[in-house]
Amino acid sequence: MIVLLGVVVVILGFVTRRNPVLVVGVAGIVTGLLGKMNPLEVLAAFGRSFADSRSVTVYAIVLPVIGLLERYGLREQARNLIGRLGKLSAGRFLTVYLLVRQVTAAFGLNSIGGPAQTVRPLVAPMAEAAAERSTGAKLPDRLREKVRSYSASADTVGVFFGEDCFIAIGSILLITGFVNSTYHQEIEPTQLALWAIPLAVCAFVIHGARLLLMDKQLEREMAVAAAEHDLPLPEGADK
Amino acid sequence: MIKVEWLYWLIGLVFVVMAVQMATDRSNPKRWTSAAFWGLLGLTFPYGTGVANATAGNGGWTLPAEPLGVAVLTLIVLAGFNFLGKGVPVTTTGEQREASAARLGSKIFIPALTIPLVAIVCASVLDESGLFESGKATLLGLGLGCVAALVVGMLITGEKKVTVPLHSGRSMLEAMGSALLLPQLLAVLGSIFAAAGVGDQVGRIVNDVLPEDSKYLAVIAYCVGMFLFTVIMGNAFAAFPVMTAAIGWPILIQQMHGNEPAVLAIGMLAGFAGTLCTPMAANFNIVPATLLELKDQYGPIKAQLPTGIALLGCCTVIMALFAF
Repeated sequence: MIVLLGVVVVILGFVTRRNPVLVVGVAGIVTGLLGKMNPLEVLAAFGRSFADSRSVTVYAIVLPVIGLLERYGLREQARNLIGRLGKLSAGRFLTVYLLVRQVTAAFGLNSIGGPAQTVRPLVAPMAEAAAERSTGAKLPDRLREKVRSYSASADTVGVFFGEDCFIAIGSILLITGFVNSTYHQEIEPTQLALWAIPLAVCAFVIHGARLLLMDKQLEREMAVAAAEHDLPLPEGADK
Repeated sequence: MIKVEWLYWLIGLVFVVMAVQMATDRSNPKRWTSAAFWGLLGLTFPYGTGVANATAGNGGWTLPAEPLGVAVLTLIVLAGFNFLGKGVPVTTTGEQREASAARLGSKIFIPALTIPLVAIVCASVLDESGLFESGKATLLGLGLGCVAALVVGMLITGEKKVTVPLHSGRSMLEAMGSALLLPQLLAVLGSIFAAAGVGDQVGRIVNDVLPEDSKYLAVIAYCVGMFLFTVIMGNAFAAFPVMTAAIGWPILIQQMHGNEPAVLAIGMLAGFAGTLCTPMAANFNIVPATLLELKDQYGPIKAQLPTGIALLGCCTVIMALFAF
């Protein structure tokens, strides 16, 4: 039972936001020693499993290519393409962005979007503008927050449930690296990536539907806000 | 026959070259320790060949594992105590990128698409050809895809110097820092957990709690466990070795003969669904709220929560229906 303290170290370490690399190192040493290995055996265990899981870090080899393309305007071109979606309603625009983010991430381009790269400079302003255009009025602060939050969510859901369809991504290689070295299997990354496709479809259907529903909610709440504006409620009344 | 070890040597070489670039980059306040980290990481790749040969007993040249263990702990100390720094990226200005994007148009996507295309061809068409070490066609395809994409990229952009992509890649490496090594270290931790018997212990507890042969309960335990562990820790990668050693491998795969790729890939995605719902994953959920100047820092999480829970349901149902 005492070897489970290693798991406790991992949980406590991540919950208290210690440096993750350090948490993993300490948890490994603690678990090894509690599992009755001597210090040399712990070192050997670190060495052997590190050698056996080198495939996990193979994804670093894409960095020079992506770095070169970013230098020549990869993100700017992605922005240009997204900018052409300007005539859609807020919900439809975000649904298309969700799809674009999923498909590009599935081809390994998970760095062309992101909260700093696309959401703040492009997606959120375009969604806000679209919402104001279709409702014909300035958004109250609360609804503006809502549109911005949904913009961030389209980006995050898109990349999470797109990138696993690509083989050279940390999560897929972590699975193969861990399982192949620990349990002596020969699972290939493509077999795993295939199973990510049905869930990518689920994510698009569910989140896309919620983004489209947002359009309806915005219309309704704007109508309510307009009505409130015309007919101020009596003082002290409950809203 | 192309061997996977060759790919590891290539990656090791790339890390070492980038480490040399870092050592000469005076704009990086921690250039020596940064260079030491990435250089040492680079050297572990060829050294690892000897260790892996010894483990596999395949008759190749062998090296002892203990020095590699020392190297790994050194990497952990360098990354864990903040010895990694960043230089000022040598890159193009915003205007230059706009101009280049206008000049190249969507052709800029071609090199990026080359990578998965080559990898898929290698993994499917060429897998049986005997060209690649058996079982390694995808990884080798990825390596070849990257080399091909680099050539195509330099042709399309008209870039002549091969140091330019290396410098750009190095800047990305510096920006990612030790996060780049975290998946591999978690795989190492998972192996140590397994060697020390953590999985057996947790599996025994789970077996006591779960009624025997209840496939659906075990699937729920694995998916919901991945989800909750990720919510608590903010990181699906960290939850994966623990939950897989406890339930995924011993119960779902060994006892109940689940389809391995299905169980493992969907289990990881149940963790991703958890990442959507937790403030512990600050860089995905809290940082956007700050960037978008929201008053409610939980705004993005509220927008994602119903989707995350629904996707947990999808993971559970798909695994229960199709993985057995």
